[in-house]
Amino acid sequence: MENSLLSLLIWLPIIAGFFVILLGNERANTARWVSVAASILVFVMSLTLYTEFDSTTHLMQFEEKSSWISQFNIYYHLGVDGISMPLIILTTFSTILVIIAGWEVIQTRPAHYMAAFLMMEGLIIGVFSALDAILFYAFWEASLIPMLLIIGVWGGDNRVYASIKFFLYTFLGSVFMLVSLIYMYNKGGSFSILDMHNLSLTTTEQAWIFWAFFMAFAVKVPMFPVHTWLPDAHVQAPTGGSVILAAIMLKMGGYGFFRFSLPITPDASLEFSEVVIILSLIAIVYIGFVALVQRDMKKLIAYSSISHMGFVTLGVFALFLAYTPGSAEGALLGLEGAMIQMISHGFISAAMLLVVGVLYDRLHSREISTYGGVINSMPKFTGFAVLFAMANAGLPGTSGFVGEFMVILGAVQANIWYAVLAASTLIVGAAYTLWMVKRVFWGAITNPEVATLSDINTREFGILAVLAIAVIAMGVYPQPVIDVMHVSIEHLLNQALTSKL
Amino acid sequence: MNNMSTFDISTLSVAVPEIFLLSAIVVVLLLDLFLTKPFKQATYYLTQLSLLITGVMAFNLIGEPEAIIFGGSFILDDMASVFKVFMLGGTMVAMVYTRHYLEQHSLFKGEYFILVLLSVLGMMVMVSGYSLLTLYLGLEILALSLYTLIAIARERAGAVEAALKYFVLGAIASGLLLYGMSMIYGISGSLNINEIANFAANASLASREMLILNFGLVFLVIGIAFKLGAVPFHMWVPDVYQGSPTSVTMFLSTVPKIAAVAMLVRILVDGLGAMHAYWSDLFMVLAILSIAVGSVVALMQTNIKRMLAYSTISHIGFIMLGFVTGVISGYGAAVFYVLVYILMSLAAFGIIILLNKKGFEADLISDYKGLSKHSPWFALMMLIIMLSMAGVPPFVGFYAKLFILQQVISAGFVTIAVIAVVFAVISAYYYLQVIKSMYFEEADTKSEVTAPMDMQLVLSINAVLILVVGLFPDFWMKLSISLF
Repeated sequence: MENSLLSLLIWLPIIAGFFVILLGNERANTARWVSVAASILVFVMSLTLYTEFDSTTHLMQFEEKSSWISQFNIYYHLGVDGISMPLIILTTFSTILVIIAGWEVIQTRPAHYMAAFLMMEGLIIGVFSALDAILFYAFWEASLIPMLLIIGVWGGDNRVYASIKFFLYTFLGSVFMLVSLIYMYNKGGSFSILDMHNLSLTTTEQAWIFWAFFMAFAVKVPMFPVHTWLPDAHVQAPTGGSVILAAIMLKMGGYGFFRFSLPITPDASLEFSEVVIILSLIAIVYIGFVALVQRDMKKLIAYSSISHMGFVTLGVFALFLAYTPGSAEGALLGLEGAMIQMISHGFISAAMLLVVGVLYDRLHSREISTYGGVINSMPKFTGFAVLFAMANAGLPGTSGFVGEFMVILGAVQANIWYAVLAASTLIVGAAYTLWMVKRVFWGAITNPEVATLSDINTREFGILAVLAIAVIAMGVYPQPVIDVMHVSIEHLLNQALTSKL
Repeated sequence: MNNMSTFDISTLSVAVPEIFLLSAIVVVLLLDLFLTKPFKQATYYLTQLSLLITGVMAFNLIGEPEAIIFGGSFILDDMASVFKVFMLGGTMVAMVYTRHYLEQHSLFKGEYFILVLLSVLGMMVMVSGYSLLTLYLGLEILALSLYTLIAIARERAGAVEAALKYFVLGAIASGLLLYGMSMIYGISGSLNINEIANFAANASLASREMLILNFGLVFLVIGIAFKLGAVPFHMWVPDVYQGSPTSVTMFLSTVPKIAAVAMLVRILVDGLGAMHAYWSDLFMVLAILSIAVGSVVALMQTNIKRMLAYSTISHIGFIMLGFVTGVISGYGAAVFYVLVYILMSLAAFGIIILLNKKGFEADLISDYKGLSKHSPWFALMMLIIMLSMAGVPPFVGFYAKLFILQQVISAGFVTIAVIAVVFAVISAYYYLQVIKSMYFEEADTKSEVTAPMDMQLVLSINAVLILVVGLFPDFWMKLSISLF
């Protein structure tokens, strides 16, 4: 049982998804209950990863390994460390939320909708736990398929364009990763990611491989200037799709930097770190201003996501400048901050998108100008919305603050100007978030329809309350998460700082 | 060569599948003459039975020691037997789909099945051909049957045009091939593959001999490229695919590709392997052009048969890349790709035929609008097929591309691999168009699937295999390599 826990986490949702498809749209209610039961079961099982986790070692845990394609030495090899484990729990957690959030809202083909999310959950857990490069790649690409369908079938008016753009962007990015993975296999004779960590590569090889990885992960994160698919995908996707996209799929990119770029190409990462940092700062500052002028709430959140994910890449690549022999503290802060930022962004973006979803379900508009004075008709809802907005702006005491603060502290050690630029987002972020809050929630009711809005029901209250607890808990006491990842991050830092030449 | 001069009746045992199939063809042909209308279905069942028995015979010959008979012109080895099994199996599947098509379009004639059996015989001769003459003989049996098959829908202008185009261009290709063969024969003095191989491997060739050998080689490569449909010799492919009745398009786009690859292996790998350095350069250009043209031109197509024609061209490019590597595992990758391609292509055309109705060809991409609503199961199957063709894991098309790319990179052509994957992404766009039609758009008219159960079942198994072999590709990869 224990040894096959990861396999169960991957395949249980996928099989449940098949089962839900078989149930069909005619038996929608059964399908909903089966889906939510499966997702809760998977979440509870994934908690075992946390309780049984040994945080004193950087070695892979819950490992499973059996031969898969012996022609290429490809193994069905799974395992987690302190970097991937929290992301898996984030995945299982978010899936419950989106399945419950889609309960009444999705009336067209509800069973297929639920099944798509269940299957995607399994595939994404596969991405985070695969230790074989081809297994990783297979999960990575396969997870595009349910998302393509979710956006395309249940999305908005311009869904076809958005879904195909999403697919092609990510597909184009990742094929270069495939070529470099094969290149390393031909060189080292193994597709094991851990073996690739130890494979020695020349400067030129590292540079090519670094950029190939960068294409794959930067598109996914997404980083400036390859971010343009995200606003389209976000706006067109149904609420659940946006939540998974923002909360988890973007993290696959960040995870890629942790698992592949830094340990496999440390010297190239060092060499090109300034480029990545500058791109991250552009994302943080420039995209922050872009968010300011958005009229569509989901687009605003999409740009805010890009800006926040800029902190992740900044934290990761600032480590090379922050590190001084004898003092790894700044570098560690940056890396751990990046991880915390990923998890916290998972909660906050999910919460923000669900907030927009609640409004959209009622008035079918995402335009900020449609609303105004929502607090008058939906006081409970406004309470949550303001809390999440504050977290998005990085208010101390919420999870949004912790990650950004740690990354900024790391950046100070690297270069004070980087830190200044990054910190400016606390102002810009507050500006676009709070201005949106002001226009949507405060003030007098201008649109008569807003007056008729009914406050959130129990289901919506439950979802938002759970997220609120998560956001505050992470903000007040992030230590358990940091403890879990600390040793793994230290090991990663070592790998990143050890030259392969 | 002991078996050159003497003829031993027991050696015939290695050609049992061909001999049986030929006899079966004669029997079916005669029987069909006397069958009255209500019993015409018997031709179909007899065809399937003949294919099945021949397939079992070919299967039993797997693992037999290599034997060369008929004065060195016919070979039995594992490659021949395995290819035959796949060809016969593929044809059986194709015939299940074909029957539905023929019935919907009133083309159900006994001749159709006999021509198919004849073309299969031709392909089996090609696969086992070990002299230039046998190879050419098999090729012509195949080609003549195919020309006639296309023209069987003679009331349709498109079909007649396609048949004529295929015939004229096919004849040119055969001519080029013959010209190349005559030069090789002229300089080496033999038609037998192994003697040609000995001659070509001879290090002390004079430059004049080398020149003629090269000249012949170029003609052979062009002839083979014509038959495979590689760019720039691809002009016939889209027109023939579009014009032919869909069941014929399905057949000619799948099973004969195995035979063409077998001919390629016999002539270029077994025969002129020593000259790999010369022909691999030609192949590299042909392969890259095929991948590029196939991927880009398909973007503009609205007819799904035409789109699949360009998609085939780009798949052929990938197959040829496998031969560029010049190593056994590379050839194995190419063979694996061919088998995977046939699995996918059969299923894709199967779906097209499935949706056929009287007077409705279902050959426009827009005909697939809303398929996910009224037939979610087959929409899912088509989704699998299209994604597999695009090379998205976990479907088997990905592993075929992975295998080829791995071999290409291992041979040192990283740039070629990068070009190939970029075009693979471009080609993903038109596969997505079909998915878009099925899932993201609403149907204009609601239509039920009316195909018989046997076809629905075989088609489902066919498509699900794309996923299953994708999850467990190891056996097929090993098998493909073991053939060399």
